[in-house]
Amino acid sequence: MNLMTVLLVAAALIGVGVWGALAQQTFVMLMMGIEMMLNGVILAVAGFWAFAGAGLPKGQVLVILSMAVMAIELAIGFALVTAVYRARQADMTEGIGSLKG
Amino acid sequence: MIDVAFVVFSVAAVASGYGVFRVDSMIRATYLLLASFLNVGAILVLLLAEYLGVALLFMMTVEMIVMGLFMVMFMMNPAGLNPMNMVHQPRFAAAAGVVAAAGVAVVAVFADFPVAPVDAESATTRELGIELLGGSMLVFESIGVTLLATMVCSVILSSATGRFGDGYEGSVAPALEPGGDHRPADDLYDPDAAGGMDMDMDMGDMDHGEMDMGGMDMGGMDMGGMDMGGMDHGEMDMGGMDMGDMDHGGMERDS
Repeated sequence: MNLMTVLLVAAALIGVGVWGALAQQTFVMLMMGIEMMLNGVILAVAGFWAFAGAGLPKGQVLVILSMAVMAIELAIGFALVTAVYRARQADMTEGIGSLKG
Repeated sequence: MIDVAFVVFSVAAVASGYGVFRVDSMIRATYLLLASFLNVGAILVLLLAEYLGVALLFMMTVEMIVMGLFMVMFMMNPAGLNPMNMVHQPRFAAAAGVVAAAGVAVVAVFADFPVAPVDAESATTRELGIELLGGSMLVFESIGVTLLATMVCSVILSSATGRFGDGYEGSVAPALEPGGDHRPADDLYDPDAAGGMDMDMDMGDMDHGEMDMGGMDMGGMDMGGMDMGGMDHGEMDMGGMDMGDMDHGGMERDS
């Protein structure tokens, strides 16, 4: 276990997240892809803190910030999904494609 | 030993993460995402960030329970009864994922990062606590206020009144007959809410023999659900319209 292997695992998680967010049709599954990307980001930040940051506590604060971003993304995302469904009866990304160029 | 555990947790995290977008059931996808997060939390504990690893574990468990509820609400394929394709643009998405992973992997392999590992003897949780309530207190408090704003925003965004439509839309069961009003019964008597017409006109001194209703077509008039079949026309109250001395003999109404 060193910085390179941790970052490689994080890279795999981020790649899976990008794939999932782009491939899934439902909004909630799209949000799971974003969560997966943030999962990889948290792992990468923790890896940098553990192997290249000399264990400075500010690095852990950055991980807490990433966790807060994840929680906010989920809460606002679900509220937006609900609002979009109320307004347009759409639960898939194609359902609100009217602004597409 | 730590290396073996790291390999196990890493493989489990990536494999369950891959499974999230391969399974048909969105509930299974939620649990697989939870498994991926739990394995990353275990890796964080291996990295000596014990507090963060355990916090991630608890936080994601609760978050995925909430997510499961939304998965049921927006489920595409309930109970697997209706086999369907949940994905679109699969090739582009897979290519983008591979490119993103390869980009980060290239940085991981070739970049030259400083070597400054965390001291295994240091009390990382204690240091984090002192940092959060000391030097990084502004960050910590800002996160708290931002989370509060998030709660307010999500309630406003998802409230029934929303930005459009009436307040009952989506919160009242549909009417039993088509075209019926779905509003609560006590609201139907409000002429504005019930979609009624404004009948506030003075017809006291009108010549009822040749009644001029001011362009109003009584034939197709929507009386707002009022039943006038058995009504005594001598004391007809039509929402403010006084028609007491009207000659009803000459008035034709086929509503």
